[in-house]
Amino acid sequence: MARLLEHINVPGIETFDVYRKHGGYKSVEKALKTMTPDEVTEEVKKSGLRGRGGAGFPAGMKWSFLDRKSDKPRYLVCNADESEPGTFKDRYLMEKIPHVLIEGMITSSYALGAKTSYIYVRGEYMYIIRILEKAIQEAHANGFLGKNILGTDYSLELYVQPGGGAYICGEETALLESLEGKRGNPRLKPPFPAVAGLYASPTVVNNVETISAVCSIVNESGDEYAKIGIGKSTGTKLISASGHINKPGVYEIDLGLPVEEFIYSDKYCGGIWKGRKLKAVVAGGSSVPILPADLILKTAKGEPRLMSYESLSDGGFATGTMLGSGGFIVMDETACIVRNLWTFTRFYHHESCGQCSPCREGTGWMEKVLHRIEHGHGHMDDIDLLVDVAKKIEGNTICPLGDAAAWPVASAIRHFREEFEYHVRYPEKVKNPKHFELEPFRSEKVLATV
Amino acid sequence: MAKVTIDGIEVEVADGTTILNAARQIGGEVVPPAMCYYSSLKDTGGKCRVCLVKVTQGSAKDPRPMPKLVASCRTPVMDGMVVQNITSPEVLEARKGVVEFLLINHPLDCPICDQAGECDLQNLAYEHGAGKTRYEEERRTFEKVDIGDKIKLHMTRCILCYRCTFVADQLTNERVHGVLHRGDASEISTYIEKAVENDFSGNMIDVCPVGALTDKTFRFKSRVWFTKPLDAHRNCTKCSGKVVLWTKGDDVLRVSARKDEFGEVKEYICNECRYDHKNMGDWTIEGPRHIDKNSVISQNHYEKIDMQKLKLDIERQIQFQKGKQLPETNQSPA
Repeated sequence: MARLLEHINVPGIETFDVYRKHGGYKSVEKALKTMTPDEVTEEVKKSGLRGRGGAGFPAGMKWSFLDRKSDKPRYLVCNADESEPGTFKDRYLMEKIPHVLIEGMITSSYALGAKTSYIYVRGEYMYIIRILEKAIQEAHANGFLGKNILGTDYSLELYVQPGGGAYICGEETALLESLEGKRGNPRLKPPFPAVAGLYASPTVVNNVETISAVCSIVNESGDEYAKIGIGKSTGTKLISASGHINKPGVYEIDLGLPVEEFIYSDKYCGGIWKGRKLKAVVAGGSSVPILPADLILKTAKGEPRLMSYESLSDGGFATGTMLGSGGFIVMDETACIVRNLWTFTRFYHHESCGQCSPCREGTGWMEKVLHRIEHGHGHMDDIDLLVDVAKKIEGNTICPLGDAAAWPVASAIRHFREEFEYHVRYPEKVKNPKHFELEPFRSEKVLATV
Repeated sequence: MAKVTIDGIEVEVADGTTILNAARQIGGEVVPPAMCYYSSLKDTGGKCRVCLVKVTQGSAKDPRPMPKLVASCRTPVMDGMVVQNITSPEVLEARKGVVEFLLINHPLDCPICDQAGECDLQNLAYEHGAGKTRYEEERRTFEKVDIGDKIKLHMTRCILCYRCTFVADQLTNERVHGVLHRGDASEISTYIEKAVENDFSGNMIDVCPVGALTDKTFRFKSRVWFTKPLDAHRNCTKCSGKVVLWTKGDDVLRVSARKDEFGEVKEYICNECRYDHKNMGDWTIEGPRHIDKNSVISQNHYEKIDMQKLKLDIERQIQFQKGKQLPETNQSPA
């Protein structure tokens, strides 16, 4: 099966001609000329493709929820507001092969019956907006966009909309508000976007990678796509690997790859840098629970953990995590979990939209307490206080940002409580910001023996 | 029509009614508190999260419970829905959490705040809050701002319910104020400190659940419980003219709109009635305003003291100081 990054190293692949020469836009031809929109949706359903933005909701099912009976126009919106700390796969994809996204957008819009589609790109990706706009122009010039595409009666206009640089606009309803020109506050659900989304019309919002994956599903059938992967995690996934590893970068893996192989194989991350030991991994972008080395390599049952939606979440939040958006952050023995958590929480505090009270006030509170602990001014009660505040935010907010802020805190304390207590007990030792680089925090429980 | 059970009490309401409004039809203890929802303003609600309830049965057709607590003010009822409010410890725990969140950055300057005595947050904290704060950090503060010559905005007290922005949006044609910034730095503001000038701007004061928006003509004049509220009306071309006069002797200290039992204004009044007619002679007095007997305004103090309970509490404290085992808190005197 064709992979997303198969032709990534071909010179000039960002231009239409080279992309077309390497099999580009075949899915548009196939879908528009030989398939009905419902057949395309059916193929996506068969493929078992799951949303690549973080939640992992089956894309075909999301498409089938779209209110097709409504007399309002339908919209497809591509969520390219990639802002999760540790995630940079969409940027890589759009920068290197912009046409795969444009192709996916045309095919998906055809399947959903959208006449106008938008790509909402985060404001910081200004140069990518220029790349995408150039790609759209090229597609226009070659008859793949605009009126009567390829001589059929299907017409589509595709627009790129820059965001203002807010993390919250990656939440689908906040994205739609922002796209409408309003303040990017998440909406209360229901109604869901599939019924009343952009301009109160039925809308589907999908991640860049999800939409790009539609190309090969249409080209080679959904069944063929479903052969890759394991169980309900089908296909390939882009993983943004970062942190204390020898080879950080974006890797396309078949879902079901063992985590151990991903970290230590030379084909992927190439092991922990400087010959150090693995301490912890945040497997799916900053908001998923952090796992210590023993739990990320093996599940609580002792089975090897795989890079798949099911395996990573094995054991629930007590001993598992989530695949999330695929931001794979690796920490070696010199990393300070408290400092790392403080950084994450500072981010969520800064990015909370301020609409609902638990998230607005709670994220700031957690950040301040963590700042105190990290700088040696904490007390023992603070650790339980953090757990309690996180618990009171989780599930009580309008959108998932509250959960995203609470999960890292709860999991870090669940797995690394000793380290928090160390910070409280030895304030003078943690005064230096690089405290664990000088003398790694040794705990047999958390360091991998690989 | 949909049948819904809230805390074991069944009620039949029209389709599309929210859980909160269904509970209000039952009335009493089962009504969830609401800080941001305002029935006469469209699109309010869902933000403060104090009205969270647990849905243990989604509907008769689909009896699965809802996975999370839901905001009762924005969740419509379904036929056969079963809701838990005060009977669910989970809901009370979450509500306690929300009240704590609302209070961590609130200045708690009730002794000098004009809203004290008729403040929704004060009542809510009294009912659901803890006696002691766990928040040690510095509180967020803002400078006081005049928006127009009659209204003072004190953002430090604001809980960001967004009600006032909806008033400007929905009662008049022009939208002149909204929310700036985001997160806990959000603030209600006008377009570059422009005044909010329209005939109904004063209603912002009435819908504000806390003391963030106060009437400059009443600021620091009197504690609200030292005034006598009277229902009164006058012929007004702009509004219904039905108001409450807050009087002391023969002086009218303040004019406000009438609020219903849930603290909501049903008939908004114009600025002329509110600010320009502070003479008894301008009004036809209907009689004393009915104030709930538990309200601080009719009580002149905040708590109806249960002497028995107080005695027990004191004994409990003494035992505790001696280091003895604590007796049961809710033990009734033999």
